[in-house]
Amino acid sequence: MKLNLLAATTAIALSGAVAQANTLVYCSEGSPEGFDPALFTAGTTFDASSHPIYNRLLEFETGTTNVIPGLAESVEASDDGLEYTFKLRQGVKFHSNDEFTPTRDFNADDVIFSFMRQKDENHPYNQVSGGTWEYFQGMGMPDLVSSIEKIDDYTVKFTLSKPEAPFVANMAMDFASIMSAEYGDAMLAAGTPEKLNTAPIGTGPFSFVAYQKDAVIRYAANGDYWKEPAQVENLIFAITPDASVRFQKLKAGECHVMPYPNPADIQAMKDDADINMMEQEGLNVGYLAYNTTMAPFDNPKVRKALNMAIDKQAIIDVVFQGSGQAAKNPIPPTMWSYNDAIVDDPYDPEAAKAMLDAEGVTDLSMKIWAMPVQRPYNPNARRMAELIQADFAKVGVGVEIVSYEWGEYLSRSKELNRDGAVLLGWTGDNGDPDNFLAVLLGCDGVEASNRAQWCHQPFEDLILKAKQSTDQAERTKLYEEAQVVFKEQAPWATIAHSVVFMPMSNKVQGYKVHPLGGHIFYGVSVE
Amino acid sequence: MFGYLLTRIGLFVPTFLGVTLISFMFIRVLPGDPIIVMAGERGMTEERYQEMVEKLGFDKPVLQQYWEYLAGVLQGDLGESFVTKKPVWEEFFSLFPATMELSLCAMIFAIALGLPAGVIAAVNRGKFFDRALMSSALVGYSMPIFWWALLLIIVFSGNLGWTPVSGRIDLLYYFPNVTGFMLIDSLLSGQEGAFASAVRHLILPTIVLGTVPLAVIARQTRSAMLEVLGEDYIRTARAKGLSPTRINGLHALRNALIPVVTVIGLSVGSLLAGAILTETIFSWPGIGKWMVDSIFRRDYPVVQGGLLMIAVIVMLVNLLVDVLYGIINPKIRRR
Repeated sequence: MKLNLLAATTAIALSGAVAQANTLVYCSEGSPEGFDPALFTAGTTFDASSHPIYNRLLEFETGTTNVIPGLAESVEASDDGLEYTFKLRQGVKFHSNDEFTPTRDFNADDVIFSFMRQKDENHPYNQVSGGTWEYFQGMGMPDLVSSIEKIDDYTVKFTLSKPEAPFVANMAMDFASIMSAEYGDAMLAAGTPEKLNTAPIGTGPFSFVAYQKDAVIRYAANGDYWKEPAQVENLIFAITPDASVRFQKLKAGECHVMPYPNPADIQAMKDDADINMMEQEGLNVGYLAYNTTMAPFDNPKVRKALNMAIDKQAIIDVVFQGSGQAAKNPIPPTMWSYNDAIVDDPYDPEAAKAMLDAEGVTDLSMKIWAMPVQRPYNPNARRMAELIQADFAKVGVGVEIVSYEWGEYLSRSKELNRDGAVLLGWTGDNGDPDNFLAVLLGCDGVEASNRAQWCHQPFEDLILKAKQSTDQAERTKLYEEAQVVFKEQAPWATIAHSVVFMPMSNKVQGYKVHPLGGHIFYGVSVE
Repeated sequence: MFGYLLTRIGLFVPTFLGVTLISFMFIRVLPGDPIIVMAGERGMTEERYQEMVEKLGFDKPVLQQYWEYLAGVLQGDLGESFVTKKPVWEEFFSLFPATMELSLCAMIFAIALGLPAGVIAAVNRGKFFDRALMSSALVGYSMPIFWWALLLIIVFSGNLGWTPVSGRIDLLYYFPNVTGFMLIDSLLSGQEGAFASAVRHLILPTIVLGTVPLAVIARQTRSAMLEVLGEDYIRTARAKGLSPTRINGLHALRNALIPVVTVIGLSVGSLLAGAILTETIFSWPGIGKWMVDSIFRRDYPVVQGGLLMIAVIVMLVNLLVDVLYGIINPKIRRR
């Protein structure tokens, strides 16, 4: 069965060859942890490594969560969903640097090398640069992938231990970036294997030139790129941690694009005629998870009543300062299978109080956990908790707000006998609904990432069935049903999805806000 | 003088060992497990967690961990960052020249303006200049660094366009990192305009970081000068008919310098503390921001290694101050 991938790779190729004699400066928010995307998990690192320097077998189409061909021209899944055969693209060149010039094009050996170094503990690169392979581990790949075989130079077969449809989206994730096996061998022979991480060689639209920690990263357009070359000749990341300073640099023309503006600056940016403000809903959700194993939160009607007591619009106005939208589902609206037909619980304190009374819940007092850190899905958890505290007071529920250091918070909030409801959230990894619904609400996540400790068999059956099907239409239907069950059962109060703002100079053309959160400059030009 | 120096260096050893212990314990007494912080919302399985515990050596008794850390330090190995997987030593020395360049410029700025300002204020005690200067010093001392920095950026970079907003040099210039000091490297590069660009980038961060030490030095110089100017030997010098410049500049200032040098020495610690905010705001690639990020990420090797290196630098500067005392005041070295 041939998967329904967009065959037209050229759809994302750029129209016409534009003169490249220009430079794009991006005021990035921080330093990358390194340049080997498989070693790390931060978006800042992926912006600086996997997006400009590397390609993957499959790619996310910029601006969408659609999976399209990358270094693989096609992928076929066996009928039992256990084997995926990738046909590789020919004539793809790796970059070169002072110490390495490739002698051959990309082939199956590079694919085997890129994954086996993460999977095989005896691989010479498995322990290099502290190799913890967090994403490979976190996505369950060691158990999922039984074997990776080279069929011929341009065909690779992955065999899975169980059918898992999200595997295709996983192959487009940053950790699946393809490295050069030849470069790996050369650096191993030279006794400097860590150079894979510090002096990266990839097949991507830009090649790495230089990096000075906390200051600047320089890239040059890859003239041998297998698609249209990049529109700019030089790409520079000017590392600028302070958001107000990034704004000043954008105004002064010292950079062309900046991420993560201060909410307070957004209006001034919109009013500035020289700045083009792009925006899109983020692929995330912020929620309040009840402990559904403890009374009275084991009663869906009580949870539903509490949800009706929360004034989400006030939270959007005060906490997000407009840079968010109220959430009604556990997955964001930009994700396929989002069920827009679902009607959110109305904000109705009187009805909520009546429902609580009907369930015999009076004089309830509870804890609300407020995260100590700022996150896109919750820029100020303390303030959010205070607003919910005031809302709950109106229906006769007393709230004590508690908080812990971030590591403690993550650890304690997982406990089955945790007291109270937890504010937390999630940002999607691969654009697949399974990455939200199974990770955050599946039975396997109880006492782990499922902070509601909610294991509801009808919901579980739907998401398991969806995970095993490779038919996207069927999966969509199953996930839509799962969202209906979620809404009825209300293990969380879904609070908000953030809105991502990308201010940029008017001179910048062709930039697309990427729903998966990355900042991608292939196809972007500067006048 | 040799004996005096030896005593001072002798004190260095227990202080150094104390610092290794404090820096090792400091990060460990903070709540928060670095492995859980690293995994974030994504979390990890219990088996994976145990694997990581073993890999990072947290399963060993704390004393053994400390002993291994100390043994590493004595062999010049500060460990590897949990986050970047690079040696702490390498990261420190790639960032430290930027901090040192900025701190030196800020100190020179503070001394060059603070000393004469303090002397002039003392000589003109109670007059308009004295009052204006001391009020400004108080304002400078009390001003929050981030606010002062943003104000200067908005006025001089945003509105007037006289200085660049942040960074160490215009991104147009690209040359190899030879010494890590941008002023020197830009000169070595031979690229036209590079040095001027580096100087322009230093102006605002130098003013911001130098403001507090400037205020402290000016106030300290003034009060030390006032004390000395009241001494009998100054009256004698005046009676002998020496010129005011000679009395103030030579006889009074030299004796007033001892407490001022102490303050300058102590300011090095506060300069490094001020560098954290200044570096963040001006995107200055130094050790200040590196340390703060590492504390939030519970990156133990970086925090303990960075703290140790900073402490050693502060200790070295204070040793230098002790030596300077000896030169300024011969009475001290004879004690």
